[in-house]
Amino acid sequence: MSQRRVVVTGLGATTPLGGDVDSTWKALLAGQSGVRLLTEDWRELLPVHFAARVATEPADQMERVEMRRLDRSEQFALVASREAWKDAGSPDDVDKERLGVVIASGIGGVITLLDQFVNLNEKGARGVSPHTVPMLMPNGPAANVGLELQAKAGVHTPVSACASGAEAIGYAFEMIKNNRADIIVTGGVEAAIHQLPMAGFAAMKALSTRNDAPARASRPYDLDRDGFVLGEGGGILVIEEYEHAKARGAKIYCEIGGQGLTSDGYHIAAPDPEGSGVQRAIKFALQNSGLSTKDIVHLNAHATSTPAGDVAEANALRKALGTDADHVAVSATKSMTGHLLGGAGAIESVFIVKALQDRLAPPTINIENLDPAVTIDVVRDTPRQLPAGDIAALNDSFGFGGHNVVLAFKSL
Amino acid sequence: MALSQADVLAGIKEIVEEVAGIPAASIELDKNFTDDLEVDSLSMVEVVVACEERFGVKIPDEKVTDLATVGDAVNFIVNAAA
Repeated sequence: MSQRRVVVTGLGATTPLGGDVDSTWKALLAGQSGVRLLTEDWRELLPVHFAARVATEPADQMERVEMRRLDRSEQFALVASREAWKDAGSPDDVDKERLGVVIASGIGGVITLLDQFVNLNEKGARGVSPHTVPMLMPNGPAANVGLELQAKAGVHTPVSACASGAEAIGYAFEMIKNNRADIIVTGGVEAAIHQLPMAGFAAMKALSTRNDAPARASRPYDLDRDGFVLGEGGGILVIEEYEHAKARGAKIYCEIGGQGLTSDGYHIAAPDPEGSGVQRAIKFALQNSGLSTKDIVHLNAHATSTPAGDVAEANALRKALGTDADHVAVSATKSMTGHLLGGAGAIESVFIVKALQDRLAPPTINIENLDPAVTIDVVRDTPRQLPAGDIAALNDSFGFGGHNVVLAFKSL
Repeated sequence: MALSQADVLAGIKEIVEEVAGIPAASIELDKNFTDDLEVDSLSMVEVVVACEERFGVKIPDEKVTDLATVGDAVNFIVNAAA
């Protein structure tokens, strides 16, 4: 059983850069920003007036009646999962008892929760929708996709704040490795652009307040970075046991080699400046994948554009990769997408799969003055060609609570 | 104020179309909410609350299980408003 290998056979996404994978990837390579001023009046309540909303509203792709029973995070999950399933060849005849769904969210249906509290106050208990609980539960996105696909191997939702999306993919990977499933729809979503969560993040001083230039606000590794930009949307992968994928003639993008999971035991929100948890997670991901630092040519960094986080991560990467960091093209795509919280590790995994396919590392935008404390090789402004032959890439994701998740992807 | 059966039927058609996405044209007095119109238990709660608001009547929870068909609901509302 230990010989079971896991490959990626389908991709889906709805992001601030595009309503699907192709449009998102194109905008990402072009260095476009998905960050815009909010149009809602409530922005005036906050010190932050901008965010990265999805480029395409779910309403453009869903029936109205379906939408009213789904939280926005569940809508994103269905939109991206339908794309990924179709991209995987719509394998509707797979054994449903060997089909799983693992989709994460950092906060769950927070907009539903807050909207229904308003209904309760204004109309009383009769005014609260009977769909409230299925809409606000964090496992709602996974459950709705599982229902649609009739998945019966297990439907799961790991929650680890901003590492949730990556942890979901890692969980799905283990399910296939451990022979619980042959094919899994996995990823992460988030829909938290609302005055309350934004006020909470702002109170932590975690958000950029660059209101005069929203598209320049998310600037990982730049000296003048002042916080992250909240984004929304999600990314989904169909992952599959290698022989299962081959047997049905599926298009295979790449292999997921392994994952590394650690926790800091340091602080509820601040990164450990020593970064030992991150370093150990990278080491475990490489060990579990049978890779060495020499094999890694690309890394999609967590890099949210916070003053403390970016440098702590960069230092940990340098320590973990040593001199081999010199040949690792590091991309901080949150400079364009904003930070999708529980969706981040998932869309960034989609980006790595595309990077391995096209042999292009996407750019990092908005670096005017690279922070001299950052000693890794950051891809700036334009995409960078990746080498031919067998290559591998890492995606690292961290979450409040001290969660560290590293996923390793290999070309095939 | 007394409500006519036709008014209530027209109102229920609109509500069920809004809540459950069932075309108004297919909603008739003899249609069963669950079996014919596929209105599930959660959506039925929405239909009931919307009917209460629209027609200014109270539909107690213990009565809801008796409202199997659209006609049952129309009759209940017409009587309750009389």
